[in-house]
Amino acid sequence: MLYSKEVMDHFRNPRNVGEIENADGIGEVGNAKCGDIMRMYIKVENNIITDCKFMTFGCGSAIATSSMATELIKGKPVEEAVKITNKAVVDALGGLPAHKLHCSVLAEEAVKAAVKDYYDKNGIAYDQEKYKQGTWGHDHN
Amino acid sequence: MIYLDNAGTTRLDDQVLDKMMPYLKEEYGNASSLHTMGQRAKEVLDDARERVARCINAKAKEIYFTSGGSESDNQAIISACRLGERKGKKHIITSKIEHHAVLHTLEKLEKQGFAVTYLDVYEDGIVKVEDLKKAIREDTCLVTIMFANNEIGTIQPITEIGKVCREKGVLFHTDAVQAVGHILVDVEKMNIDLLSMAAHKFHGPKGVGALYAKSNVLLSNLIEGGAQERGKRGGTENVAGAVGLAVALENAVADIDKVAQHEIALRDKLIKALLQIPHSALNGDKENRLPNNVNICFEGIEGESLLLLLDDAGICASSGSACTSGSLDPSHVLLAIGRPHEVAHGSLRLTLSKHTTEEEINKTIEIIPGVVELLRKMSPVWDQLQKGARKHVI
Repeated sequence: MLYSKEVMDHFRNPRNVGEIENADGIGEVGNAKCGDIMRMYIKVENNIITDCKFMTFGCGSAIATSSMATELIKGKPVEEAVKITNKAVVDALGGLPAHKLHCSVLAEEAVKAAVKDYYDKNGIAYDQEKYKQGTWGHDHN
Repeated sequence: MIYLDNAGTTRLDDQVLDKMMPYLKEEYGNASSLHTMGQRAKEVLDDARERVARCINAKAKEIYFTSGGSESDNQAIISACRLGERKGKKHIITSKIEHHAVLHTLEKLEKQGFAVTYLDVYEDGIVKVEDLKKAIREDTCLVTIMFANNEIGTIQPITEIGKVCREKGVLFHTDAVQAVGHILVDVEKMNIDLLSMAAHKFHGPKGVGALYAKSNVLLSNLIEGGAQERGKRGGTENVAGAVGLAVALENAVADIDKVAQHEIALRDKLIKALLQIPHSALNGDKENRLPNNVNICFEGIEGESLLLLLDDAGICASSGSACTSGSLDPSHVLLAIGRPHEVAHGSLRLTLSKHTTEEEINKTIEIIPGVVELLRKMSPVWDQLQKGARKHVI
């Protein structure tokens, strides 16, 4: 089997699929040319991510990592959620094949992009350098 | 399981296995040995060679058993280039949609100073003979164009290509791995100098194939060793494999029209039904395609996730998405026929066989639309297409 049981579970029954109307932050990363795009919506109340949903165009691991990432950040304070690493997502999924690790970076970036959007919309100051797109691992451009 | 990946490989026929068994068990002699058991094995091998030759209208001495299609492609191309090199001819013509066994061999030759012209295949996935005529140069030593494409099933105008090559005195190799056993091949009539085939693509065993090389074409060895295969391929002969190849090919050729009729009816039913799905498109020419090949793109979804869900539903299929090819780019074949990257990622290949039933096709037709819809529902690309933020291309 290419994927672990956990990956297949999150792929077959993805958690938190869909969009959030009036989301407080929306992040979209990846590009269709490369075969993967992830869009993440977050709802923030009192600095806590109360809801999180995603839409993904991509392979099995892209869908599973999106799903797992939403699970990991839901209920977390924003500044904690944004620290989520692709490694944490992969570990929570019981690992990914080496050539698929690339897809997991997308989940980390989608969370970051959604939080950045939330900060921008609410005039919250953050370290611009840390959120510059070019520094993200999954930049195909 | 509904097995629709017959371009990947096919089920070994029971009867083929039965004919192979004696040479895996009691008749285990080495065909190069002088004793009775060895000589019996040699007779069986010669007989298999004769039978394979007859199926493509070649002579027995023009058939070399190999490990399969990739080895045959490698040896054919390298041999033709070594011959060309001696005359100072270092130009090769091929198409953009060849199998990697051909393309990667050519890349290696390019590094050795050969020039390669890659012919366009246009939207229909078919080479234009006029383009070939224009591309042939004084120093062209080889034209290598596949008989039928493994992904989109398009059949190339092999007879016309062979004629042009013969007139110009250029060697013509065709990778016929997907064609042999599925459509009739006549190396004489089609002016083919070199041809590759693999047994497992027509219900024979894996690990055995053949290279046809016209008697005036001197082969170069890929494998040095003993005098097996007329000195052109070292290594103890795979007698059981050769028998399996011969039996499977004879069976396939005997039933070729009957099987094609069966497959075409199911293929066309499947194509018609899948094209009912909005924003889907057939890849490759509708008419000039293998009887068993269906290849369709669905906008807004990615192929690997489609395959995984189909697998869950009991359907074995294949895709040209990057994730299934293990690279960042989707299939070079789909890009060559002009599909944009994002659409090429959403391709699905379903390839039928003589065993495929109407019931299986009906079930497939029932399952696929729902799976496509499910993936589109969670796709931001599909969302953009729906909201007009992205333009439909199919």
